Amino acid sequence: MIQYILRRLLQIIPVFIGTTLLVYFMVFALPGDPIRALFGDRPPSEAVIAQLRQQYNLDQPFWVQYGLFLKNLFTFNLGVDFTGQPIAASLGRIFPVTVMLAVEALIIQAVFGVTFGLIAGLRKGKVFDATVLVASLVVIAIPTFVLGFVLQLLIGVQLGWAKPTVGANADWGNLILPATVLGLVSFAYVLRLTRASVIENMNADYVRTATAKGLSRPRVVVTHILRNSMIPVITYLGASLGGLMGGAIVTESIFNVPGVGQKLFQAVIRSEGPTVVAIVSVLVLVFVVANLLVDLLYAWLDPRIRYEN
Amino acid sequence: MTTSDVIISEADRADKPLLEIRDLAISFQTGSGEVQAVRNAHLTIMPGETVAIVGESGSGKSTTALAAIGLLPGNGRVSGGQILLDGEDISQAPEKRMIELRGNTIGMVPQDPMSNLNPVWKIGYQVKETLRANGRPCGPADVAKVLAQAGLPDAERRAKQYPHEFSGGMRQRALIAIGLSCQPRLLIADEPTSALDVTVQRQILDHLEQMTSELGTSVLLITHDLGLAAERADKVVVMYRGNVVEAGPSLELLQNPQHPYTQRLVASAPSLASRRIQVAKELGVESDELLAPGTSPGGAVVVKPTMTEDVLQIQNLRKVFKLRSGFGKSTDFTAVDDVSFSVKRGTTTAIVGESGSGKSTVAQMVLNLLQPTSGKIVFDGVDTSTLNNKEIFAFRRRVQPIFQDPYGSLDPMYNIFRTIEEPLRTHKIGDKASREKKVRELLDQVALPQSTMQRYPNELSGGQRQRVAIARALALDPEVIICDEAVSALDVLVQAQVLNLLAELQSRLGLTYLFITHDLAVVRQIADHVCVMEKGKLVETGSTDDVFDAPQRDYTKALLNAIPGARLMLPPEVA
Amino acid sequence: MKTNREIEHFVAPVEETPLLATDSLKTDQAPLSLWADAWRKLRRRPLFIISAVMIALIIIVALFPGLFTHVAPNDNCQLANSDGAPAAGHPLGFTFQGCDVYSRIIHGTQASLMVGVFSVLFVLIIGVTLGALAGFYGGWIDAVIARLGDIFFALPLILGALVVSQLPFMRENRGVWTVVMVLVVLGWPQMARITRGAVIEVRNADFVTAARSLGVSRLGSLIRHVLPNALAPIIVLATMELGVFIVAEATLSFIGIGLPGSIMSWGNDIAAAKSSVRTNPAILLYPAMALSVTVLSFIMLGDALRDALDPKSRQR
Repeated sequence: MIQYILRRLLQIIPVFIGTTLLVYFMVFALPGDPIRALFGDRPPSEAVIAQLRQQYNLDQPFWVQYGLFLKNLFTFNLGVDFTGQPIAASLGRIFPVTVMLAVEALIIQAVFGVTFGLIAGLRKGKVFDATVLVASLVVIAIPTFVLGFVLQLLIGVQLGWAKPTVGANADWGNLILPATVLGLVSFAYVLRLTRASVIENMNADYVRTATAKGLSRPRVVVTHILRNSMIPVITYLGASLGGLMGGAIVTESIFNVPGVGQKLFQAVIRSEGPTVVAIVSVLVLVFVVANLLVDLLYAWLDPRIRYEN
Repeated sequence: MTTSDVIISEADRADKPLLEIRDLAISFQTGSGEVQAVRNAHLTIMPGETVAIVGESGSGKSTTALAAIGLLPGNGRVSGGQILLDGEDISQAPEKRMIELRGNTIGMVPQDPMSNLNPVWKIGYQVKETLRANGRPCGPADVAKVLAQAGLPDAERRAKQYPHEFSGGMRQRALIAIGLSCQPRLLIADEPTSALDVTVQRQILDHLEQMTSELGTSVLLITHDLGLAAERADKVVVMYRGNVVEAGPSLELLQNPQHPYTQRLVASAPSLASRRIQVAKELGVESDELLAPGTSPGGAVVVKPTMTEDVLQIQNLRKVFKLRSGFGKSTDFTAVDDVSFSVKRGTTTAIVGESGSGKSTVAQMVLNLLQPTSGKIVFDGVDTSTLNNKEIFAFRRRVQPIFQDPYGSLDPMYNIFRTIEEPLRTHKIGDKASREKKVRELLDQVALPQSTMQRYPNELSGGQRQRVAIARALALDPEVIICDEAVSALDVLVQAQVLNLLAELQSRLGLTYLFITHDLAVVRQIADHVCVMEKGKLVETGSTDDVFDAPQRDYTKALLNAIPGARLMLPPEVA
Repeated sequence: MKTNREIEHFVAPVEETPLLATDSLKTDQAPLSLWADAWRKLRRRPLFIISAVMIALIIIVALFPGLFTHVAPNDNCQLANSDGAPAAGHPLGFTFQGCDVYSRIIHGTQASLMVGVFSVLFVLIIGVTLGALAGFYGGWIDAVIARLGDIFFALPLILGALVVSQLPFMRENRGVWTVVMVLVVLGWPQMARITRGAVIEVRNADFVTAARSLGVSRLGSLIRHVLPNALAPIIVLATMELGVFIVAEATLSFIGIGLPGSIMSWGNDIAAAKSSVRTNPAILLYPAMALSVTVLSFIMLGDALRDALDPKSRQR
């Protein structure tokens, strides 16, 4: 197990360096004045430009720049945005909101996805299964923001079951509608993955042996089929975090959730390059760490990895 | 209840069958309609009795047994007949009743120990849940006791381990422990040892026999091996294509088979054939006629050249694999350790060993697919390690393989014609027309109809695919053919057919065979020389007669002893 | 075990189960390759038929928009008609700028489809090559390609697209090809991963070893034996990715980093209709439906293909 953890850690490091290097390189290392280029047609004041230039250490060789960039990243020294506000401070305020949103989305997609997938798999070929299969495809086919608008209209405005926009009071309750929209596509994938896993494991030899021992059907389903089917699903849930982070940009803007996604979106619209880079780098870091945690969870779930000899 | 009542009912019980299957019919819903897997099965098991069902794949033997415990796959159902357990018809019983019966009245020991244990739960847990589900005490001490009874040493520690930490034999013992943990009255053992090494098989079967006779459990033993069935069961039931064709006391069935199918089985089963040859030798009868029918066409005895040159010489062959175990650390695993033997042209040399003996690794090195760590392979006087690429390409024409898995050795995307033609194309032999002619000839040689050319592997059976593999191997007119477990995955009768074919080809074309196998019984039938390998080392070598009649080493003796049917008393068939 | 009970010897009449010759070949049916078998299964599935017909229709619309509408999409855009309801000759109404919704949808098919098709094409070329090499040769090639893929994987699509779109080159040349580039750069790792997995599964098969032992080179066996047998999951993924990329383009356009407004696409139309949602939601819904139906057809096709090519249902 220790070896597995160490191996994963060693693999993460080049990936993280590679990704942040890519991001940094694309924004800062290409020919031309990167600072002016970042702002396109709307350069900010000279004072801000000077500050940014110093902040990004553009007078230093590339590798020093990059090294300082990394150092800044880890010490949360993320610079300032166009209005002069320190990015790290604003992130500190809005990050928890997005975390709440993402966690809620994750819980919704995991709980419903696995449950529906399990039932669909157990009743393969029957009505529920066929319905759920087509419905999941439809969900994947419709862009998230369209679903967002539609649900906002239907549930928020016309039916009035939930608040159509969130605004300043973002708590678990208010975030249910945006969290559902955010997690919808991943929910469809989790459902299909669980279903496929269940179908494969349903016919496994050890399930037959478990039944032959005299175990009741519910016991066989939970202890043997479900437990074994969870393993690939857990891995997918980790990867889906990336989609959640990207999707948060869209969802937060539709439902007016004051989170990281919204800030990022606004930075894009206003062509605030440095802000975009800073936020994206933080998100990538979070994603990479989360995936590492998921890998560890996966190792714990599968004893063959835990006790490799 | 008075004492006499109790005595009477027990005696009563002993007279009434525990399990009675009458006119059983089982069908499956498949994509192309309803298929009848079992048409008319009937058998009776008395309390304490062991009954074996013998048949090839597709005979319906497993299906019949699974129906008794209510474990038919989702698309299967009992379409007729009765399964009477103690007089109660359970063929259409509701699932609730079956759950009650499973575990404490009917138990099961399945075939493959790896896939039948859930890899994510500890062994102890899997035993515990069995005890708990059937209302037995399920504390750690009870679990340990159950495991110890099945022959697992150090049971308490073992209970905390996971299946992948056990060896194959230990896993099977765990499954036996689980199957017998609630002391069922009937145990269904579905090929309980066919996935295990030969020497382990006997130990486990002996132990199982001991446990069931102590508990008074009846056993329904499913097997494809007639010798094994006769050795372990009181009564043997033979099934063919969904019907029971013959049933009776085991020894009598072997000595006096009456149904033509049973006669075929008795004639072809390697363990029995091997036993016959053994017994015949002891009585001084010429053994060639006792081989599978058809080996000697027209009754003539096949003469093998005795003094020929060595076509293949293996000298001090060694192969060491580096196994990565952690960061930078690696352990050495010696798969083949100082093996030397030679193969004479036109003969069959068998390399026999259990899994992990290194026999397949030797085969791969002879085929030049793997480089030896040290040692020499001399083919026709030339050391193969000195060959350059062009020479290796030429070498390949002269040495060809046939592999074990008929379902894996043919490319599913190629039709049979392309498969057999490929060697000719790769070596740029002839033109399109002559290649087609050659393919047709090869199909004739392996007794397959010409129409096979357009077919695809998924349309053929295992034996047919193996014959295609033989045709492909013959395409380049090789001198030596390496058969790596070439018949191990085939049914008994098909196996006999393919072995006959190989023998025939050898006498016609003067081929030399290097035959890798774990089945000593097959070796007796076809090999002139035997090399016995254990854990990478060559333990014993000599002519087949010598090794079988007078084995020198303990390991060889253990292997011979493990052949099912070895302990049967069989009078030879007089020609 | 040994009982002294009388066990009767039963023999069934031979006529009951006539003995067949051992292992005989059925010669009556036509030969059936795996592709032919898959086609047979597909033909019968309603899911396949519907999606195939839809896709054919969509391709025709993309190639010959003139057949479906006579109204040129950008002519006669009169602000007076802004957000208008359907009128004669304009069945779906007008956009915010007063252009005909229906006509824009028909003409937008081309750009949306092009993005999907070309993205998948390049993802296939890059992903399959790298994945096959990684899976087949293993060792350091595998390690390098896997790490490379991980790096791009760590950039979720939208985040990655955001960053890439900040490049001055990208900003100046926004068009179909830049969007394709973004999708390909971020999408190839998944195709590589699937290919690698499929190749690893196949490379240890006996028929590959058999090919090597009759003299086929390593690379030859990869191309001639391993890849054809690894195609099934690749095809399934490619079909589904076509749909997924079309949706992705729409999402990128919504954020503002997709196709430029000058190019007509469903994504752009949906994004532009954002502001009209309260007044006339239909303007957003029509192009959304067109997009969804197209994407749905592709992923349904991918689903049907996966079932038909499933190795477990292969043997006759």
